[in-house]
Formats: sequence, C-alpha cells, structure tokens
Amino acid sequence: MTDELAVVGKSLVKPDAFAKVSGQTKFADDLALPRMLFGRLLRSPHPHAQILNIDVSRARVLPGVLAVLTGDDLPVKFGILPVSQDEEALAREKVRYVGDPIAAVAAVDEWTAEEAIELIDIQFKELPASMSIEESIAMRGEPIHGKSNVHKAVALEFGDTDAAMDAAEHLREDVVFFEGNTHLPMEQHAALAQYGADGKLTLWTSSQTPHYVHRALGKVLEMPMSRIRVIATPNGGGFGGKSDIFSHELVAARLAIVTGRPVKITLTREEVFYAHRGRHPVLMQVKTGFKKDGRITAMQFKSFLDGGGYGSYGVASTYYTGALQATTYAIPRYRFEGVRLFTNKPPCGPKRGHGTPQPRFALETHLDKVAEELGLDPVEIRRRNLPRPDSRTVNWLRITSCGLEQCIDRVVEESRFLRRWKSMAPGRGLGFAVSSYLSGAGTAIYWNDMPHSEVQLKLDRNGGVAVLCGAIDIGQGSDHILAAIVAEVLGVQLDDIQLTTADTDLTPIDLGSYSSRVTFMAGNAAKAAAERVRDRLFGVASKALHCETDELVARDRRIYRRGRPGDGISFAQAVQLAEAEGGVVTGTGSYTPPKLAGPYKGSGVGPSPAYSFSAAVVEVDIDTKTGEVRVPEVWIAHDIGRAINPVLVEGQVEGSVYMALGEVLMEEQVFRLGLHKFPSLLEYKSPTALETPVIHTYLIETIDREGPFGAKEAGQGPLLPVIPAVANAIHNAIGVRIDEIPITPDKVLKALSDKSKRVGPKAIPAFDFPALVKSDVPDEWKGK
Amino acid sequence: MFIAGGTDLVPNLKRRQFDVTTLISLNGLPDGHGVEGNPSDGLTIGPRITLDELAIRFADGPYRALGQAAGAVSTPQVRYMGTLGGNLLVDPRCNYYNQTFAWRKAVGFCMKKDGDICLVARSSPRCWAVSSSDTAPVAVALDAQITLRSVHGGRRIAAADIYKDDGIDYTTKAPDELITEIHLPATKGRMTSAYWKLRRRPAFDFPILGVAVALTWDDGAISMARGALGAVGSHPVDISSSLAPIIGQRPSDDLIAEVAAASDKRSRPLDNTDLDHFWRKRMTKVYIERALREASGLAPHEGKLTAGLKTVTA
Amino acid sequence: MPIADRVAVRLRINGEEAALMVPPYKTLLEVLREDLGLTGTKHGCELGECSTCGVLVDGTPYLSCLAMPLDLEGRAITTIEGLQDGSRPHALQVAFAELGAAQCGYCTPAMLLTAKALLDRDPRPTRQAIMDALSGVLCRCTGYLKIFEAVELAALRATTPPSRAEGGSRHD
Repeated sequence: MTDELAVVGKSLVKPDAFAKVSGQTKFADDLALPRMLFGRLLRSPHPHAQILNIDVSRARVLPGVLAVLTGDDLPVKFGILPVSQDEEALAREKVRYVGDPIAAVAAVDEWTAEEAIELIDIQFKELPASMSIEESIAMRGEPIHGKSNVHKAVALEFGDTDAAMDAAEHLREDVVFFEGNTHLPMEQHAALAQYGADGKLTLWTSSQTPHYVHRALGKVLEMPMSRIRVIATPNGGGFGGKSDIFSHELVAARLAIVTGRPVKITLTREEVFYAHRGRHPVLMQVKTGFKKDGRITAMQFKSFLDGGGYGSYGVASTYYTGALQATTYAIPRYRFEGVRLFTNKPPCGPKRGHGTPQPRFALETHLDKVAEELGLDPVEIRRRNLPRPDSRTVNWLRITSCGLEQCIDRVVEESRFLRRWKSMAPGRGLGFAVSSYLSGAGTAIYWNDMPHSEVQLKLDRNGGVAVLCGAIDIGQGSDHILAAIVAEVLGVQLDDIQLTTADTDLTPIDLGSYSSRVTFMAGNAAKAAAERVRDRLFGVASKALHCETDELVARDRRIYRRGRPGDGISFAQAVQLAEAEGGVVTGTGSYTPPKLAGPYKGSGVGPSPAYSFSAAVVEVDIDTKTGEVRVPEVWIAHDIGRAINPVLVEGQVEGSVYMALGEVLMEEQVFRLGLHKFPSLLEYKSPTALETPVIHTYLIETIDREGPFGAKEAGQGPLLPVIPAVANAIHNAIGVRIDEIPITPDKVLKALSDKSKRVGPKAIPAFDFPALVKSDVPDEWKGK
Repeated sequence: MFIAGGTDLVPNLKRRQFDVTTLISLNGLPDGHGVEGNPSDGLTIGPRITLDELAIRFADGPYRALGQAAGAVSTPQVRYMGTLGGNLLVDPRCNYYNQTFAWRKAVGFCMKKDGDICLVARSSPRCWAVSSSDTAPVAVALDAQITLRSVHGGRRIAAADIYKDDGIDYTTKAPDELITEIHLPATKGRMTSAYWKLRRRPAFDFPILGVAVALTWDDGAISMARGALGAVGSHPVDISSSLAPIIGQRPSDDLIAEVAAASDKRSRPLDNTDLDHFWRKRMTKVYIERALREASGLAPHEGKLTAGLKTVTA
Repeated sequence: MPIADRVAVRLRINGEEAALMVPPYKTLLEVLREDLGLTGTKHGCELGECSTCGVLVDGTPYLSCLAMPLDLEGRAITTIEGLQDGSRPHALQVAFAELGAAQCGYCTPAMLLTAKALLDRDPRPTRQAIMDALSGVLCRCTGYLKIFEAVELAALRATTPPSRAEGGSRHD
C-alpha cells in the first residue's frame, strides 16, 4: 500500500489550470509597464532582393516616434544552431522572403508605430526568387546564401545497402511529397523588454526556449549574459513555433536600450505566418527491399527539404527526415541521403514531430503498398518488422522500452481492423500506421558536458516546497510534471508546491520545451532534486524516530516508518529538524542523458534516452462524388512509458490527432507571386470543433527504466501515425493513392478519374548528394 | 458608411480596404428586426434581423433555404452579430484583395483598391471579386424584393436587381441608401426551397459555391422552379431559366440529374478563393443536383452526378 | 493622440459601470485590454476569424475585436473576469480544470463564455449542440474533445442533485 504512487499516475488538476480557466494567466501581450512603448517591424515586400538604400528620416521625425532601428543597429548574426548563424535581426544587405524584417520603430502607440513604418523608404534591387525545391536546385541568379542554395546535404550508409537490395526478393520504390504547414498557435508571439538604469535588461517573451534567447541576446546585443534576464511567459500554444530566436525579441531589447523605456512588440497574425519555422515541405523517395515473408532487408531513403530563407533548425530537420525509420522498424541495412535547400519563403523549422511526419507518411504508405503486393495485411507486415526492446538500431540508436507491439494489438483489437478492413461500406475505409518518436534529443544544441535540465528545491519551514526550473509550460503540462514528481518523492501534495519556471535570473537551466524532452529530462532532474532533499529529511527523521533511513517513507505530508503510519513526524517537522541541524533546506538535481551518439559523423541527431511508440487506426468516410474526406473515428494507442497524469497525456494524444488531421486534410503553407498565399486564420484552414472525430485513446505503459517513474514523451509522437493512416484509409475505401499531403478533395477526384488511380510526384530531381559517410553496423546487425 | 453588425465591414476597415472617416451606426434604430406576414400573403423582414434569428425563424417551411443560408454563415458569433442586410451586401471577396495593406502593397495593388489591374485575370478590364453572400442567392431564388430608402425617398426592386456583375461596383444601392425591408413574395401553392453551400470547413468559411433553389408544387408536379448560384461570379447568378425543363414534371433521379448537369454553364469560378477553381466548377452541377433533390424530398447525396472528370463506377 | 479625438463612452462590464474617454475607432477588445486592464480577453487575429476574443453581450457570444464600444452602451458585457462569482469559480471553470480542457489556456476564456451562453439557454445540451455552439472558437491544443466533455460534466453537475453529480467525473 505505501509503495503505491500517491500523485504520479493520477489525473489530478494541474497547478496552472485555475489561472488558465479564470483568464488570470499572464501571456506576454497581457503584460504592460509604465511608460511602455510599442514596437513594430517593417518587413520585406520582396521574396529576394538587395537592399540598396534605407531612408528612415521621415519616420524619425513623426511625432510620437521614439526610435527607429535598421540592420546596422544590430549587426551581429545569430541562429538557433551554432552551425547556422545566418540571420540578422534586421536585414542589412538583402532580404530572403516576403516578411523578412528590415527596420523597426518604437512609438507611443501602435497606430503611430504603424504609420512610422510606412514612412520608411527603401530602395530594392529585386532578384530572381526560388519558390520551390526544383527552382532552388536550378538556381536562377544569385544564391540565397553564400555560394549555393544547398544549406545542408548529408549522406549516410549503414552496411552495404546495394548488396542487400540485390539480395532482396521484393523491391519497391515510391516518391511522395508533403507540403509545408505551420504551427498556428492561437497566441501571437509577443516580447516585452525593459532596460533598467542599472544597465540590466529584462525580456519577457512568449518562447519555448528562453535559454537560447538568452544566449542570442548576449551575442547580438554584445552584452554579458549576466546582465540579461529572460523570462518566458506561459505560451499560448507553441508546437515548435516559438522555439527559435526571433527578430522581434532582439529588436524589442535594442529599442528598450535605445529609448530607456519598456518596449513591447506583439506580432500580428499575418506576421506569425512570416515568423513560421514550421513544417518543411519535403519531397521523398523511399526504396525498400523485402523478403517474400515481408521482412525488410534494406532501405534507401532520399529527402529534399524546402528550407525557406534561413537555416533555423534545418540541419537537424534534415537529419530527422532520415533518423527514425529504423526505430520504428527493424531495418538491417540503411542508406539515407538528404538535402535542405534555401528558398525565398519564411524559414522552416521544427513543428510537432520535427522532420519526421514527412518520412513517416512516406514509409507508412509505402509499407501498405508493399503489403498489398506481398499479399499480407497491413498489420502483419508491420508485425514482421518490429523493433525489439533493449536493442540498437542499424543507425546506432538505442531503444530501451518498446511497447509498439502492444500499441498495435490494442488498436487493431479495439477497431476490429482485421475483421472490418476488407468489407467496408462504400466510401468507407480503414487505415493503419505506426510510429516512434524521441523523448528528448540525446545531444544538446550546444555540445557540452553540462546537464540538459536542472531543478532546484527550497523547502519552507511550514512544509511548502519551492520548485525552480527553466522549463516553460506551453500548454503541454510541464508545470504539472515538475510539481507531481516532486510531490510524489517528498510525500506532499500538489498544493504544497510553488513553481518558479523559465526565468534565467532565478531558475537553473532547462534547455526548453522542444523535442518532447521536458517530462523525461526536467522530470528526471526534479526527481533527483527531490530525492536529495528527501534523503536529508530522512536523515533527521531517522534520528527522531530511532530507525534506519531505509525504513522510512514520505507520504501524506508525513515521514514515517514503512507500514506504521503512526510512527512518524509531519513533513513540516522534518523540515524544521533539518533546518535546525544544517540550515536552509535546499536541493538540486540535474539530468544529463547518457552518451548515445553512434560512431559516425552526423550521429548527433536521432539519439534519445527513450523512444515513444504509437499505432493508429483511422476510419474515413469519402464522398466519392465530390472527393471530400471526413474522419469519423480514430483509435490510437501510445506507449507513454508511464502516464504521470493520464488526463494530460490523453490531452496530448487527442491534440496530436487533431493537428495531424489538419495537416493531412487541409493545412498548407503555400505561396503565389512570391507571397504567402493567405496569411490569415480564415484562409489557412484549421479544423473546427465540428470536424472532431470520436477519438479512442489507449495509453500503453512500459515503464521505461530511465524515464522519471518510467515516463516517456506524449506531445509529438501520437501525431505521426495519423497522417499516413488517413492516406491508407482513403486507399482502402476507394482504391486511390494520394501521395501528396494535404489530401484535398480535388486531388481525390483527380485520382479517382485517372488511370493510375494516383496523385503525387513522379520523380525526384537530379541532385548530386555528397559521398556516403559509411558506418559499420552495430554487432547485433552484423551478418543479418 | 453605415455599420450594423460590422462583421464584414470592420475587418475590411482594419485591412484598409475602405477609406472611411465616419461610420454611421444603425444599431440605435428602434425597428428593422421583425418578420411580418405569412407565406400565403408574403413576408416582410427587417434588414437588421440577425443571421442567428433568421436561421431559427426559417428553420423550416417554404423559405427554409433562407434559414439554411443564414445558419451557414461563418460562426455562431458572427451570426449573433451579423445582420441580413449586411450579409446581402457583403463586399465581394478575392484572395488578392482580402489581405492586409502591407500584403496588397507587396503583391502590387489590385483595381478593387489602390491599384489598376485585376490580379486574377491580368488582362481583364473589370474586377472579378466574388459575391460571397450566402443569403444573396437565396434572395434571388425566392424572388425577393428589397426596399431601399434614403433622404431622397424610397424604391422597391427585385433582389436580383440590387446586384451588378462587377467585383467593385457590385450593387445598385446608392451609398446613402439603406435596405429597410426585404419582401418574400406570397407562395403560389406549396413551396420548398434548399440551400447548399460548398466550403472547406463546416464553420468560419465563406461559400466557394452556393446553390439556392425554390420549387413550387402543384399536385406532385413542379409548377415553378427558381434557382441562383453564389460565389461563382461577382453577383448571384440566376439559373432559373436553365431549371425550366423541370417545370410541369414530377422530379425523378434522372430528370434532376439532367437539369442540374445543364445548369452549371454560368458558374465561372476563378482562382481567387479557397480550393481549386476547376474543382469548384465541377462541383456546381453536383450541388445543384443535391439542392434540387433536397427541395424535392429526395435523399440529397443519392444523385447521379459526380464532380469527377469521368463518372465514377460504383 | 489629441484629447479631441476621443469620445466619452459608458460601458457596463461584469456588472460594473465604466466611464471612459477613448478614440471612437478602438474596438471593444482594445478598450477591455488596454483601457480597463481586463486582459483575460485574448486576441488571435483581430478580424473575426478565430473568436479567441469572445465575450458575452447581453448573454450572447460576441466578437470583441469587431464590436465598437459606442454601439454597446447600455448593454451588459461579460468577460472571463466576470464568469466567476467573487473568488468562487463557475462550474464550467471547475470542469475545464478537472478534465484538462485548458491546455495552453489561450482560447479558454472564449470557450468558457461561449459554453456559458449555451448552458444558459440549453442546460443539458447534446454533444452535437455543444459542437455547434463551440464551432466558432478555434483551439489548436486540445482537439476539442476534453472541452466537449468538460461542458457535459458542468451541465451534468448543474442539473443533477449534488449527491448524484459527484460520480460525474471520470477522473478522481
């Protein structure tokens, strides 16, 4: 009984819930300071142009304008990745997409700022623009950056794939395309900067990654980081869209320094589309060899990423399009070639699933086609290629817990997939797909030996526990994770926890709310900190209770001897004893992932201390006369390791399903005449309440040995199988293949009436990938 | 300019699609919300009835298409605020035009505001912005009449005559005129009507095709048929004449399909709204068929036409 | 901006009278957030395309980003700050908190007020009625399901004697 968990595993109300339902949560734009000014950015009207001259004289003299900045005021380049420091807060020599910031003003109100922006005169020399992968490879005129439009090209091979292909009994090759889309958080990004008379700068910002913003501010403003404080405000939705460093953050800071007054910049909805960093458009070719029984012998995968105007996370995105094929399936030999091309569009970056939904779509539809050719059902072909728990993939990724098989069992059973998929009513279809995802990147953006997450605790004499951590809640429930884990270890209740998060002056580092890392990493750091403090409390309690520390348990706000709840002291008493004995009761904990990178160049992207797994069955209902696709029901199982809070995990799964359905059926970031075609919430289509399917969510617990209480990620992985499951269901329903996301009704009709019964790309462009980096395969794959 | 619900006007003002220094609110007026009369004598509707009230009031009965159209406008919030008068006069839309000032400046202004060419059809001397009202094709199909008043007096015209086939100069209503009444004519026997709206999402979206039909019945046969298309041109397109073959007939699957297939000729969508415009064109006959079937009491989805390039084999 | 460009407006918000001098073109959203400090009302597009800015006017969901304050004199405006009774949360707020219906919390004020308007007119709405009523408020986090469930739970509790409503929650 006493070893049963008291907080972890319970669907308790999260600590920030009541602030959110009362409207009391302060998002960045809700903040206002006395004498605050309003900043606005002037953005490029051209997709690609040289800046010949900028004249700000008319803007400067407009009454109410306090400052005007151009690129020369912030000349230091930056970028989220150390290898891609290619951005300027305000473009100096040229602009690379419509929306690229060029100048900024601070004024007494937003109207004046807007008016001032329009008084800035710029002379451009327009350059030919590259608006697609093909145009970028062809390159008319000058490159977007440096000497070529190729941002990053990679080529990796694990074992001899050509030989394995030759030996295969069945081969198939497919080419598919996944159009770009964007995060569309309901909150527009905002930042408020204040520069004190003491020479210290504070920036409140709607950011998933305050630590990286802190670094970039230090670099770009050429100020010691010790004089800069970054406070991340709760994000009104992130999904990866607020995990970069943005012009408006740096500009607000500089404007505050220049004017000596607080400056707030809130992006308009249109500007959020230009800030972007969303899903890359990716053209892919997948070629796989199989044995007759459906077992994979080798895979060769090529991806072409349309990167937009800047690097952002693109190097990582490129690798991610090739990394997780082998964590989902046992692939004995594997080759991956990927290239990211600069184009004159807003920069792409990480969106939920970062670089993996596109190859997941390619792979899961490819496997369905192969299953049909081999006479297998879609479930069986996956079962024959499952990864094993406690194994290493051919590309050296370490898998610990793996509940993929249980996930498959559950959704196949609950949806009655095998009994129904061949006898669906007209227009109805069932589709199946599986996936895996990281629980945090195993290597940090800045390679160093320091922890990825740190937590500090300070205990109050009355039993309160202050938890300090750099993690920021973006709606995913990270505040709850921290509070629940500390409360569990210390035997207190959620109400006893006071959280201070994401404040670089006060909180120890957490690298940010990205790559599904917070539960695993901040959770482990919180657990370590709490265990350290508990040990100290057990030390004093054991003296008071005349017993050994290993006889003690902490529960119900008490510390007592196991099995004898009456024989103990209150938690507050224990704190008082500890404080009397050794002063203030604090404790810290950190988490550093094990060294997981394989022995090859490029091995830093893909490793994670644990992988989550998901399986989904989707039912579609197609109007074959119009091509419209409706999704009435979804069954999804997710290997969460352990659900720290089941209701919050369900929320992540349901939200992932929602976002996936938006991506597969309607969302697309498309361009016309060099401009974003429809940078608005009305015309960028996002599913409404009326399109919500019935979603059956099953949480599979595998208790990962390294996860906090066994937990793994939930925020991103469940999105992955849903997109290809819809595509597979459409094929099941009406026999057509739409090898291009999104699947719009016109494409469905086109496929129905075309002889090929298919819509999608036919080939990949010619491109010289670099020489393959050949890696040996891990021992367990040798000779296979 | 006059403002009532403001749900069309205010976003347009924010995007600086109109240069207006003064707005005159109609919201202080005491009347203009009501519905008077009955189908056998004709109805008079106040223009300031909200779309939500309209949807409830005309949830069934001969003028049901009006309720369907009002209930299909945007979102509940917009329907609580927006009015019938405002919806009838929605500023024609175009995805080169319903954009912010900075976007329109970057793309090069179009003739509808600040520029001199049409970006959808560059050699066109006219503007092709799309009539995007849900209620307008219904008003035309129901043969409604509209009373306009200004300080100079009043006039009553057919609904179809309030619209002009031009994306800029889209209405015969003078700037100082107000719609004061919408009249629905007395039904001549049993009447049924239906409105079908094509859009990507079941909420928020403007029509990218609207089909309104009204059928009058005489002993199981159709004695009168009227119809109009929305969102496939700069004005609601009256297709009543192409529905004529159905008059005097008892509608069958084949007859409806035949008439619908022949009634989409004047549907001319261009590439300036959501989704593929060739697909929208092909959808026209399917939606006409569905609207006719619904008004005839037949299962709307069980028609014979497909928007596909070829007929789908079942 | 010159004081002459402002107009006097008197609004009734959450039962309190507010007398203000504001530029006549300021929307209700801007007046609430900037002049009255009622930042619980959020904004997602300011063009009526998401309803994140939703408030109630005479109990009906309205878009504050499109509403002009001068048009709303004499009408009762309710914002999220007015949903709770003093420091006691409304049943909908409790249900939203319990069922995880607020993830990032940004659309939540508009969702709650829209749901309140629904329950005020239809105390035991069907799932379809809930979906219809909330169809105008975009949410990017939840996939809407937990929101529907929370509205149903609040409705159940409000229409069931307390002893029986206890069992209404799936989560303890």
